[in-house]
Amino acid sequence: MSALGHDVLDMDLEAEADRIAARLRAVTARELHRRGLVVAVSGGIDSSCCAALAVRALGPERVFALILPERDSAEDSAARARLLVEHLGIRSETKDIAPALAAIGCYEQRDAAVRRALPAYGEGWRFKIAIDGGSEGRINIFRLLAEAPDGSRHERTLGLADYLQIVAATNFKQRLRKALEYFHADRLNYAVVGTPNRLEYDQGFFVKNGDGAADVKPIAHLYKSQVYAMARHLGLPARLCDAVPTTDTYSLSQGQDEFYFALGYREMDLALWALEHGRDAVELGHALGIEPARAAAIYADIENKRRTTRYLHAPPVLMGEPDQACTA
Amino acid sequence: MDFKTIVKPFILGNFLFTDDASAVADDSSLIRGGIVDSTGILELIEFLEATCGIRIDAEEMVPGNFDSIDTISAFLQRKTTA
Repeated sequence: MSALGHDVLDMDLEAEADRIAARLRAVTARELHRRGLVVAVSGGIDSSCCAALAVRALGPERVFALILPERDSAEDSAARARLLVEHLGIRSETKDIAPALAAIGCYEQRDAAVRRALPAYGEGWRFKIAIDGGSEGRINIFRLLAEAPDGSRHERTLGLADYLQIVAATNFKQRLRKALEYFHADRLNYAVVGTPNRLEYDQGFFVKNGDGAADVKPIAHLYKSQVYAMARHLGLPARLCDAVPTTDTYSLSQGQDEFYFALGYREMDLALWALEHGRDAVELGHALGIEPARAAAIYADIENKRRTTRYLHAPPVLMGEPDQACTA
Repeated sequence: MDFKTIVKPFILGNFLFTDDASAVADDSSLIRGGIVDSTGILELIEFLEATCGIRIDAEEMVPGNFDSIDTISAFLQRKTTA
């Protein structure tokens, strides 16, 4: 057995791009019976790669992009999304969803929960949520990290009810975006592309009926490192390929590893690959330069997140067997 | 104090919606058995802190302390007699 290293994720990118494009073309035409694909592009690497693959599959005239910023989106995100749209030569629409989110209480509900944990929180403050514990072998807890307008930093452990309310409120963002994606898909008779990569798909890092909802998910089998490699192979602009992955959900800048994954994406890719290929914790620890006990805790955290988020993948549970004719 | 008289009814009522004591054995793994997930453990911890008047530290929040009704009760016993 060869030594564990990042080269295990190397792949024939041209062959894989061809395979995905061919499958995407066949699925859209013969299984979904739609005439094109809608992709919401955030400016991040995953949606950029999906849009490029959609263009490779169907051509730019059959791909429609949506740029859907809101109050907490980083300014550069929409600019990068527009750069992608121009680069690919696809039609697009930009819609600021902040007013709609405000109307349904997204920000109000979220801020009320934040204020319960941190009464001083108010206008001009920024915050994010961090996950803590699982990769050290403990039970995951959630921390609120906030920055006041004067630059001072504040940290609180979130009670479960407050954490759940903040997440529930912010999930409005992904769900509203999906509603708009399906509006345009219905209008154009197109299918909706979901953009999770393998880490997000495997670990349940998506919102049910939000970014988790789609007709087809072209990169759900690709590790994040492979998505970056694919994006570069497809010739996407360096400004997109070099962007640091963020959740782009909270007002304070936040890496995905801070909120959900135990590690940065390169290390996380390797940990997930190693677990899936039966490599033991000692070997993972050696590859990542960490103690075997920490590596074992990372394995446990991966498996725990799989268990905890299993329901996100599940279709609605039926209480009886439906007729074959109505299995939707 | 026998903490099982506090823990077990909470597990039964909150996670299994029953008062049938045979629904879960005291030594069954609540996590591996799919009865309690990580959010559920946080619910359990909040319940224990409120009910038993204790503060559970981050270092004590390890799966081993919360794996079964037996281990939770033993943990509470140690915690309250330390």
